[in-house]
Amino acid sequence: MSAISREEVAHLARLSRIAMTDDELDHLSSELGLILESVSKVQAVAAEDIAPTSHAIEMQNVMRPDVVVPSLTTEETLSGAPAREDDRFKVPQILGEE
Amino acid sequence: MSAELASGNVTAVELASAHYDRISAVDSDVHAFLHLDREGALAQAASVDGLRKAGERVHPLAGVPLALKDVLTQKGVPTTCGSKMLEGWRPPYDSTVVTNLKKAGVVILGKTNMDEFAMGSSTENSAYGATRNPWDLSRIPGGSGGGSSAALAAFEAPLAIGTDTGGSIRQPAAVTGTVGVKPTYGSVSRYGLVAFSSSLDQAGPCARTVLDTAMLHEVIAGYDPKDSTSINLPVGKMVEAAKKLDIKGMKVGVVKELAGDGYQAGVTTRFNEALEALVSAGAEIIEVSAPSFEYALAAYYLIAPSEASSNLARFDSMRYGIRIGDDGSRSAEEVMKMTREVGFGKEVKRRIILGTYALSSGYYDAYYGSAQKVRTLIKRDYEAAFTKVDVLVSPTCPTTAFKIGEKSDDPLAMYLNDVCTIPVNLAGIGGMSLPCGLAPEDGLPVGFQIMSPAMKDELMYQVGGVLEAALQSSWGKPLYASAPELAVK
Amino acid sequence: MALNYNQALEKYEPTLGLEVHVELNTNSKMFCGCATEFGASPNTQTCPVCLGMPGALPVVNAKAIESSIRIGLALNCSITPFSRFARKNYFYPDMPKNFQTSQYDEPICVNGYLDVTIDTDEGPKVYRVDIERVHMEEDTGKSLHVGGATGRIHGAEHSLLDYNRAGIPLVEIVTRIIPGTDKYAPEVARAYVAELRDILRSLGVSDVKMEQGSLRCDANLSISPRNSGTLGTRSETKNVNSLRSVERAVRGEIIRQANRLESGERIIQETRHFQEESGETRSGRSKEQAEDYRYFPEPDLLPILADPAWVEELRLGLPEKPSIHRKRLQESWGVPDKEMLAMINAELLDTVEETVLLGADPTKARSWWLGEISRLANEKDVLPRSLIEPTEVAEIISLIATGELTDKLARQVLEGVISGEGTARAVIEKRGLKVVSDDSALMIAIEAAISAQQETAERVRAGNIPAAGALIGAVMKATGGQADAAKVRELLLRHLGQE
Repeated sequence: MSAISREEVAHLARLSRIAMTDDELDHLSSELGLILESVSKVQAVAAEDIAPTSHAIEMQNVMRPDVVVPSLTTEETLSGAPAREDDRFKVPQILGEE
Repeated sequence: MSAELASGNVTAVELASAHYDRISAVDSDVHAFLHLDREGALAQAASVDGLRKAGERVHPLAGVPLALKDVLTQKGVPTTCGSKMLEGWRPPYDSTVVTNLKKAGVVILGKTNMDEFAMGSSTENSAYGATRNPWDLSRIPGGSGGGSSAALAAFEAPLAIGTDTGGSIRQPAAVTGTVGVKPTYGSVSRYGLVAFSSSLDQAGPCARTVLDTAMLHEVIAGYDPKDSTSINLPVGKMVEAAKKLDIKGMKVGVVKELAGDGYQAGVTTRFNEALEALVSAGAEIIEVSAPSFEYALAAYYLIAPSEASSNLARFDSMRYGIRIGDDGSRSAEEVMKMTREVGFGKEVKRRIILGTYALSSGYYDAYYGSAQKVRTLIKRDYEAAFTKVDVLVSPTCPTTAFKIGEKSDDPLAMYLNDVCTIPVNLAGIGGMSLPCGLAPEDGLPVGFQIMSPAMKDELMYQVGGVLEAALQSSWGKPLYASAPELAVK
Repeated sequence: MALNYNQALEKYEPTLGLEVHVELNTNSKMFCGCATEFGASPNTQTCPVCLGMPGALPVVNAKAIESSIRIGLALNCSITPFSRFARKNYFYPDMPKNFQTSQYDEPICVNGYLDVTIDTDEGPKVYRVDIERVHMEEDTGKSLHVGGATGRIHGAEHSLLDYNRAGIPLVEIVTRIIPGTDKYAPEVARAYVAELRDILRSLGVSDVKMEQGSLRCDANLSISPRNSGTLGTRSETKNVNSLRSVERAVRGEIIRQANRLESGERIIQETRHFQEESGETRSGRSKEQAEDYRYFPEPDLLPILADPAWVEELRLGLPEKPSIHRKRLQESWGVPDKEMLAMINAELLDTVEETVLLGADPTKARSWWLGEISRLANEKDVLPRSLIEPTEVAEIISLIATGELTDKLARQVLEGVISGEGTARAVIEKRGLKVVSDDSALMIAIEAAISAQQETAERVRAGNIPAAGALIGAVMKATGGQADAAKVRELLLRHLGQE
């Protein structure tokens, strides 16, 4: 039994917006199961009183002044767009809107 | 090369052209490059020549050719990150690393191959085909920056830029007999570095010698206000350190947990010989223990995929990159799903799912949260060690270059390549790999890793410079001079 | 039989929660230097950072931090000593990175409150709205949905995206559940948003225009049977674009939920959209499965450690609270509560104050704005402030004070200014509306009136003072209404020997 079921992988694929094939889901379920077993050893040493590290460097209050800086041109902005209409990005219909 | 340019014996254009000739001759075998920017490179070279001719002062590296890992943006030049997702994408802006290179007049020949989105240790995960190790074309050049290291080993470029998240500069350097450095996190700007794992990624210099690497390091490092994680301190004197050639009295720590248990015999042999060379040069070897390193690999394979799953969410076909399935009948969401299924390769998808899992509610504490705590422990172990020694050392990776295809079906086996390099990224300190010989059993390069405390990268160059000199003198010539002649097409 | 509002409240009690998003008025965006101008051409204020391009990195806007802290201080919050950004991960085409850089368990401000006063059957009542948190985040791009092209069998629709708005700083203010509002839930909701808007305006951190989207309100509402001790399932209502809509939306939701429960259905936890025209809410996306946002600390940004000394400096620099300010105005103007409320409800308090600050008498300022100007505004179906500026009104009032205009003349001048004929003085010039106060000019008119009505004049001489009215009227007519009636009367009576 894998540490992570096929259904869970399917759910994660949905969350990550990847249209996986059934084959992929099966393979991933077993592969990830192995990987998860291996990486869960971190729980052994993750004691309550240890603070987590999210940044390698101890810095804080890094900010910039509220000053306007030149933007990209519209052409540059749209240069990589798979589709465009006038000066806007054209995308397929977005469902679930009001 | 710099000296030749400075003295006018050769022009930058000639130098660039010669390298393009070399690339044409060998790259169909090596496949280090994904894109060659002849126009841009020759224009840059010509401009540098013009300045030199006019008697203007230029940077010592001006006119020297360089190979750029395809994960850094270069304005107007295709940047694919080794992925189908970004096929054909030309960024509208330069990464700060590229800006710095251009300012120094370095000539960027082209973009090099890599594991897709920097995920891998063999460059087999590239959507554009694997790169081959110039030492043995049936073997991997390391990863994720295999293209850069192979380009150096095949003499297609004298300088290269790589990026290192878990060893992606150092491990390729080790298996190709070249030098690669992961600078202290925050010392080289990440602006324009397509993110894999934001808290671990760092761009770094690669070359065939320690001194060349040091020169390149000084060009690309420095504070960048566009990167919030950029350290606002002056860049250390890497070149000076590399030229010092003196480590008398320095304390060098061997990490017990990375001392070669189960590693390839030849790797351990060469590693120990290198230690002896350091002792002869006047250093003191001390054994140190870092018990938390046992958990480093596990922590990395939780943190990196987690951050990656978030960083790669932007690739949804809406604003740039490829778009699949938009025939007018599908919703945006469906098109996103189809595009990401086709645009991402196996390893990337595997890590996205793993990362999404590790961050999901109910699992966060057990996985991502715990991994971040391991990170704290690793930092503490390094801090403790550095109170006793100046630098730490280990083999760069447990084996020499393996055969292409050998580990591609076994993710866990592949991940083990990074066991020595990963702790460095988790702690954010500096790490260098330089050649310490060829393994007796297979004649393939072995890498020696030096680790220095955060913001003390010059110590790596100081020790590396001495080691390189000592070993080269014992070999009679630099290691790269032993590289096999590549069949010229 | 459908329950109406009062019937619904007989059986159920409402529980209210409000989330307000404020668009800050910083010059540049939250994480990059792009401009934040409203109404710019599409995709002209965009850069690699706010477009979420590969390799781009955020850098925090210092002014946004300052504004967020000031908002928290004005709402009596504590400023978190160690505040961090987090990624809120979900996919949507108007979100360039498909995660929003926001804050999760370390928001910049926590545990504040805002007292709001509403009118109840038992008189004015104060409700304390507890504020759970104030945090910083970034706005999304704007999408336009385009209908199907003609002739296409499948009616293909698509959407067009403009990312100018993406990355503009947003501050989210979240209340705790507001207990005990009972049937006044709609009023409390409205009063809270109104008071909050006033505070934000006084801080100068946003132009808080609900119609333009720089102030957005989401209302969370649940109901439960009276005295049941439990909480119902809540719905979230969005697209509430005015104060009036806040009130209507809450009222509408209470009615809708009550009727659902009455007919045996359960309440679905979902996002609903308020429909302006009907006052009802319509179902949007179902939130049955709460979206897993997979929050984690933003690795590209460093924590904010607000220096206590600086925070104290900001606290001392806060402007007077609107409620205190209003009290002060009320005292200094000597205005009864009812009139204050009238000005507040008409949203004219600030305008009146501006006029007073320009030198006008408070009572006069009030009566002009709430009287004649409001009347004309209602006729034209516009806001009073859009008709005329306080400077003009103040000028008209001062012209009356100096006697250059009578009230009657002033009304004409007002009308002229509103019609765009120019400033008050220009209208007076153009229309020749100045008060005739020159005694000799008036005497000519008076003598003319007397000779035209000699009998009436005799009666006045004989002591019949009221009879003078006819003569005064004649003089007023002769001077086109520009004579100062009081002056005319004085002169006339004196002339006829009746001091």
